[in-house]
Amino acid sequence: MTSIFKDSKDEKEIIKELERIGNELLEQIENQDNPYLEIPERSLGNVYFDKETGLIKLGDKKQRRYYFNIAQAKKFMQTLAVMSKIKWLLEEDKPSLSIRQLYYLLKHTISGFKENTFDTQDETDPIVEDVEVMLDVLRENLRLIATPNGVLAGDMIVEDKTGDILDFTKMGSAGGAIPPIVEDNYFKIKEINADYVLVIEKFAVWNVLNQQKFWKKNNCIILTGKGQPARAERRLIHRLAYEFNLPVYVFTDMDPWGYYIYSVYKQGSINLAFFSEKAGTPKAKFLGFQTKDVKEFDMPPSSFIKMKDIDYKRIKELRNYEWFNNTAWQNELKALEKFGNKIEQDALVSKSIEFTADVYLPTKIENKDFLP
Amino acid sequence: MKSDITKKALEMSKEQKAISVAEFFEKNRHLLGYNTLQKALLTIVREGVDNSLDACEHAGILPDIFVQVEDLGDNIYKVTIEDNGPGIKKENVPYVFGKLLFGSKFMKLAQTRGQQGIGISGAVLYSQLTTGKPTKIYSKIGDGNVHIFELGINIEKNEPDVLYHETLPGNGHGVRLEIYAKGKYVRGKQSIEEYLKQTAIMNPHAQITFIDPDGNEIIYERVIETLPSLPKEIKPHPYGIELGYLMRLLSRTKSKSLLSFLMKEFSRVGEKTAKEILARASLSPDDAPSSLTRIEAERLLNAMQSISIPAPPTDCLSPVGEEAIKEGLKKELTPEFVVAISRKPKVYRGFPFLVEVGIAYGGNIQLEVAKIYRYANKVPLLYEQGACALTKAFQEVDWKRYGIKQSSNGFPEAPMIVSINFASVWVPYTSESKEAISHYEEIIKEVKLALQDAARSLQRYLSKVHKAKASQERKSKFIRYIGEIATSLSILTSKPKEEIEKNLNLLVAKFVKDYSKEIAEMQDKDYREHIMSDKDEVSKEKKEDLEITLESNKESKDVEFEIESLIDDIKVKISQKKLSDYGEKQ
Repeated sequence: MTSIFKDSKDEKEIIKELERIGNELLEQIENQDNPYLEIPERSLGNVYFDKETGLIKLGDKKQRRYYFNIAQAKKFMQTLAVMSKIKWLLEEDKPSLSIRQLYYLLKHTISGFKENTFDTQDETDPIVEDVEVMLDVLRENLRLIATPNGVLAGDMIVEDKTGDILDFTKMGSAGGAIPPIVEDNYFKIKEINADYVLVIEKFAVWNVLNQQKFWKKNNCIILTGKGQPARAERRLIHRLAYEFNLPVYVFTDMDPWGYYIYSVYKQGSINLAFFSEKAGTPKAKFLGFQTKDVKEFDMPPSSFIKMKDIDYKRIKELRNYEWFNNTAWQNELKALEKFGNKIEQDALVSKSIEFTADVYLPTKIENKDFLP
Repeated sequence: MKSDITKKALEMSKEQKAISVAEFFEKNRHLLGYNTLQKALLTIVREGVDNSLDACEHAGILPDIFVQVEDLGDNIYKVTIEDNGPGIKKENVPYVFGKLLFGSKFMKLAQTRGQQGIGISGAVLYSQLTTGKPTKIYSKIGDGNVHIFELGINIEKNEPDVLYHETLPGNGHGVRLEIYAKGKYVRGKQSIEEYLKQTAIMNPHAQITFIDPDGNEIIYERVIETLPSLPKEIKPHPYGIELGYLMRLLSRTKSKSLLSFLMKEFSRVGEKTAKEILARASLSPDDAPSSLTRIEAERLLNAMQSISIPAPPTDCLSPVGEEAIKEGLKKELTPEFVVAISRKPKVYRGFPFLVEVGIAYGGNIQLEVAKIYRYANKVPLLYEQGACALTKAFQEVDWKRYGIKQSSNGFPEAPMIVSINFASVWVPYTSESKEAISHYEEIIKEVKLALQDAARSLQRYLSKVHKAKASQERKSKFIRYIGEIATSLSILTSKPKEEIEKNLNLLVAKFVKDYSKEIAEMQDKDYREHIMSDKDEVSKEKKEDLEITLESNKESKDVEFEIESLIDDIKVKISQKKLSDYGEKQ
């Protein structure tokens, strides 16, 4: 089964779209109108939870960015600079750049004035996102990359854009790095032999499982985004889930922060709502650690961390998010609040070092003991 | 047989008489403007110039005045003042200059400058006392002669002491005066130069030439070629007089009966009102005015002031006018913006008055805190600023409301000079030194209204300037990015950069508003908006006048019952007025 989500445009289509926007502006200028760009809004006010797909999505609201508007003039100029640079990158077949490198590529002094086109990377980053939503493509398709942190291991063979063949059973104890772009033309999955994908919040926990060859014993892919995941990890999990039809289980700390990381893998994030359709994995399930596991697995009180005000506050916020608005999660959040303690996934070693790999995970997966 | 005490008293009174004028002068220097050397010199110039301006205006002549101050050493100065006025006829010259309080304007009610100090004869006396020299006067009345006098004052008799007189042929008309006096010439505020500059602002129809002790010539140009309308003399209003004044009137009148006295000597008193007053005062209409005792006079005064009498006529006042004030401010201060407001006449305690203000802003005025120029009947008041009602009103305006910062003492923090002219037939000075105006509520209210009105215009101007500045910044920002945008669009569309750049530049003018024309217009014209229609304005004025009549009545004495009836009276008048308004419309 292929992705349930739309396919990305190819580079030729993107170039055409950029040309179309440019020509529209020229027309506005010739008609003596105030030239503007129409950009879908990326603010919280334009984000909604789509129950049908189970994804956080961007609404229809659009903003216009005018040149003859003192508050927008510079941004208008900057947006066009980013757009034209992207067109150039694509046409000249340049290697993908980080958004920091793009910033340096764009930054220069405006001739005749003591002003720079861009002063900090904080100015280019949101504009790159604007261009992504305008063109309805991912930055990866624009030859721009964010730096991923994720690693994975498991029975999977990939052909890299360089032509190198990567065997993720032979990546050593540190695992195989997830590249910035995991689209098929960069990261071609030739073979895969796994029953499910296990996503682990923290590298330390992932690393122990890797050393124990958990993936081999349980015939799965183990992957970590090292805390809050970057785009590439999310996109890769999406591909594995829908292109290769693998179940996805997510294992995090027992605290509101871990729960939220799960939701980012599953439903997407507010900031990158436009990205959800390509990187969200609504079919992902939450494995743990959860409140009822404390009793069931007889966790010692020494593994408890007392919750602080900020944790309680975060629980309250989560309970108000629409995508946590279901009985199972409302009950879980209430239970956590009542319990008043957090438990890190690392703390499972207090039972024994092998406990996670040999007892906890197999039990949960065998019993299909998940939260939705 | 005379007692010792009586003898002594007679002796003393003889001495008293002998030294009266000189002693009066010596003891009252501070009241008459001669208490310091610096002020004495200014007072001499002021008395001379004020006289010249008044004389020219009364004769319908555009004033052309020459002033020179020469330093003769040892703190002795020679002051020369020359005008092109009608001149003074030969017979009167000795009295005008050589007799104190001659032709005093004391019993006169008219808006003239000459309410200042003791008059020009005071200057002659001061000169005589400090230098021993006579004053030299040249007078021409257009009869082909010039009458030259050298005179002093016989202090014992308060009579002119003519030392020299000669008549020579001479053309034209006017007076020239040469006075020697002990003094001190200073610069800066409270200087002769400052006085002349401020005079020139409020009297732009006058041409004044000044030569200072260093020989520098300063010309204050005439910029208005028409004379202000001549103020009319009016009779006092019953609400505005005091007992002493009434008693003097009683003793001087030519009227044989009290009834005709009241009708002839006061404004707004007809037969009916006069009879009502006399009935209330329990006096007979046929009594001779000079026969009244002090107690009877007091009763008469109380009666006069407790009866409802319409406000006095206000056409006796002569405003400088908004245009003239603006021209005066422009020529002397070269500001970036001026606005002037002339209020309609109002009444306080039976005296008509009117307030005019002018604000000059920016340009050559480079001040951090605003300055205030105060005038009484167009004469600058240079001393006692803090004690003056005009200053108080100025400080009480909430300048912040008009976008102008205000310091803790209420002075606006802006590069501006605010002129306030108080014109009245009777200026209520706080003291005999006549440098500050008393804090009458009606006066303060009027000044504030005028200042607020002017401040609104200034605010409109400043907001335009602000917008223009922002617009200019906008323009430069838009132009700044055009090159970058053209480059980007050229890459996106493969069209030539130059053409895109050209088209964008053409667009700038369309999206940036140009305020320069509007501002230029405002600098020349005052965009005063009359929100109220004329009709509303009139009925409002009337109402205010009545309220003021009411106020001044409240102040006077023990007449609560009468006030109540007056209020009813006014209510009836107002409602009638309203009815007639509606009647006209329907």
